[in-house]
Amino acid sequence: MVNAPLHIITLVKWVPDAQLERRYNAEGRIDRAEGVLSELDEYPLEAALQLREAAADREVRVTALTMGPAGASTAAKKALQIGADDAYQLTDEALIGADIWASSVALKAAVETVAGAGEFDSGEPEYLVLTGMASEEGESGAIPAQLAERLGAHVVTYATGLELTPDRLVVTRSGGTESQKVAVAMPAVVSVTDQANDPRYPNFKAIMAAKKKPLTRLSLADIGLRAEEVTARVRVLSTTARPPRTAGEIITDEGDAGLKVVEFLAKERLL
Amino acid sequence: MYTGFYEEIHEEFREVVREFVAREVTPHYQAWESAHMMDRSLWLAAAENGLLGLAVDEEHGGMGLGDYRFRMILDEELARADALAVSLALHLHDDWVLPALLKFGSAEQQAAWLPRFMDGSFVSSVAFTEPGAGSDLRAVRTKAVKNDDGGWTLDGQKTFIGNGISGDGALVLARTDGSDVRQRGSESSFSLFLVEKRDNPGYQPGRQLEKMGLKASDTAELFFAGVQIPHANLIGEQGRGLDYAKAILPQGRLGIATSAAAITAEVLRQTLSYVAQRQTFGQAVSEYQNTRFQLAELQVGLEATQRYVAATVDAFNAGELDLVTASKAKLFASERAKASVDACLQLHGGYGYILDYPVAQAYLAVRLLTIFGGTSEILKETIAAELG
Repeated sequence: MVNAPLHIITLVKWVPDAQLERRYNAEGRIDRAEGVLSELDEYPLEAALQLREAAADREVRVTALTMGPAGASTAAKKALQIGADDAYQLTDEALIGADIWASSVALKAAVETVAGAGEFDSGEPEYLVLTGMASEEGESGAIPAQLAERLGAHVVTYATGLELTPDRLVVTRSGGTESQKVAVAMPAVVSVTDQANDPRYPNFKAIMAAKKKPLTRLSLADIGLRAEEVTARVRVLSTTARPPRTAGEIITDEGDAGLKVVEFLAKERLL
Repeated sequence: MYTGFYEEIHEEFREVVREFVAREVTPHYQAWESAHMMDRSLWLAAAENGLLGLAVDEEHGGMGLGDYRFRMILDEELARADALAVSLALHLHDDWVLPALLKFGSAEQQAAWLPRFMDGSFVSSVAFTEPGAGSDLRAVRTKAVKNDDGGWTLDGQKTFIGNGISGDGALVLARTDGSDVRQRGSESSFSLFLVEKRDNPGYQPGRQLEKMGLKASDTAELFFAGVQIPHANLIGEQGRGLDYAKAILPQGRLGIATSAAAITAEVLRQTLSYVAQRQTFGQAVSEYQNTRFQLAELQVGLEATQRYVAATVDAFNAGELDLVTASKAKLFASERAKASVDACLQLHGGYGYILDYPVAQAYLAVRLLTIFGGTSEILKETIAAELG
């Protein structure tokens, strides 16, 4: 094997199911009693698996890393079922309510811990962090850049295609009006959009096999951080749920529906 | 089924099935209904998800999920998605043809065919029934004559064959003792063959038979004219075909009983939701005492069916399910399903008669259950015979 092994660390988040009504706790934070693997994180995971499958002459390991409360192990397990080789869950009381700043501090230490823990047969690995384009509930999309900055890694956002060459990762990214191809050296942090691929879902064999894959729990102490190093900089003052949509206006066609639609649009200043 | 019937592993399996149904069945089902045919993509996707040939052991690349509860989850999830024809197609493959191969196939036959039962490349039919031989299999006229090279030449006609047009081959019951086909054969007149359509021009499906329900499942006559069967495709011993056919009946009937329970439960669930939102004379239909009494009866009937079916599944899983026990469960569950779905349709009023409503589709589907795999009348004969 000529190429250095590659360790792909995919960040996966446990989020409230978007199909259910969102609830907030007394502190104004999202109620995280139940959740699912964020759908947006299935795309980087799929991208990682495709890179692993395409790399015939290179040792590639796909690790899933999640940060969240106890229940977040569900997201890690799902990632193992879908095809990750191993998984880590960073969980600590001190991380409750972590903002972007605190999350990126914690994730930086976690990525370094995870990257350092991997043993490879074919030499010292390079690492690549893949993330979704945003989290489904916070939607800041700011973690990839902050994390890359802290890691001293290159960052590429909004990837729609990824391809490994011997010394670079070639990323297709969609800008607002054009599509770019950029090449980065490792280490790198790449956020992957929901246009990048069609994520696979696990079959039963994979679910059974996932039970045998390692899932390691990490506390802040395990990644060498103290609670005061991950204090949130942002304080939530209040949270108000968006008011439910009001019932629409139903126009029954009595020969003049077209006219009424036009009048309605004009009234709403949409024409 | 009721709480506690399934274990965690079955619920994990359910997640796979639910995802499979949402992605691979629901988006296409209407098109399959119109075409009277499921696309091969269904079988390939089912294979990809490990949902074909559940009972095949690990030695042959399967998962050895002989526990019948796994099969039941497929039925429940397909019923939930109103895709009952897919259920039927899978039953034919997994509960009628596969068991013959698992129980009576030689090591060579299993090594050659079991992988194909799981990878979607061999979609199978069960071909016992003929225009003049349904419940009475000794009236089968299709005959196979031994060639000089040890192979067989098959001639005859089968009917009501599910997967007959779309499939790749059939488990065929044929007369092999040279007896006069106009007379009923003896217990040892018949043999079972696994017959492939490929490279066999004499193997011709007839026209699509227009069923009243379950339209996405293709059903046809099969015509055999000088069909060549290699000796290796004879299942078990020559002359034991009827024994083998009887030996796979318990599983086939169990499958119908469990599907009947699944459809009954799903239709009742949908009906509960319908009567709660349907308003007449200023109140919900669910508020009328007639509705409430009917629903109570249906619920009790359902639970009785589920408990009875569960006991039958336990017997199957313990390797102890006999023909009479399976026949009793099938008789009870299928007749209950027919009555229950009928009552649910009535509670839907005029909408129940409209085919866009799942209850109307279910009504047409369950009508098959008291006929297919042994009519209720034949089952009663079987049960009564044991009573003496």
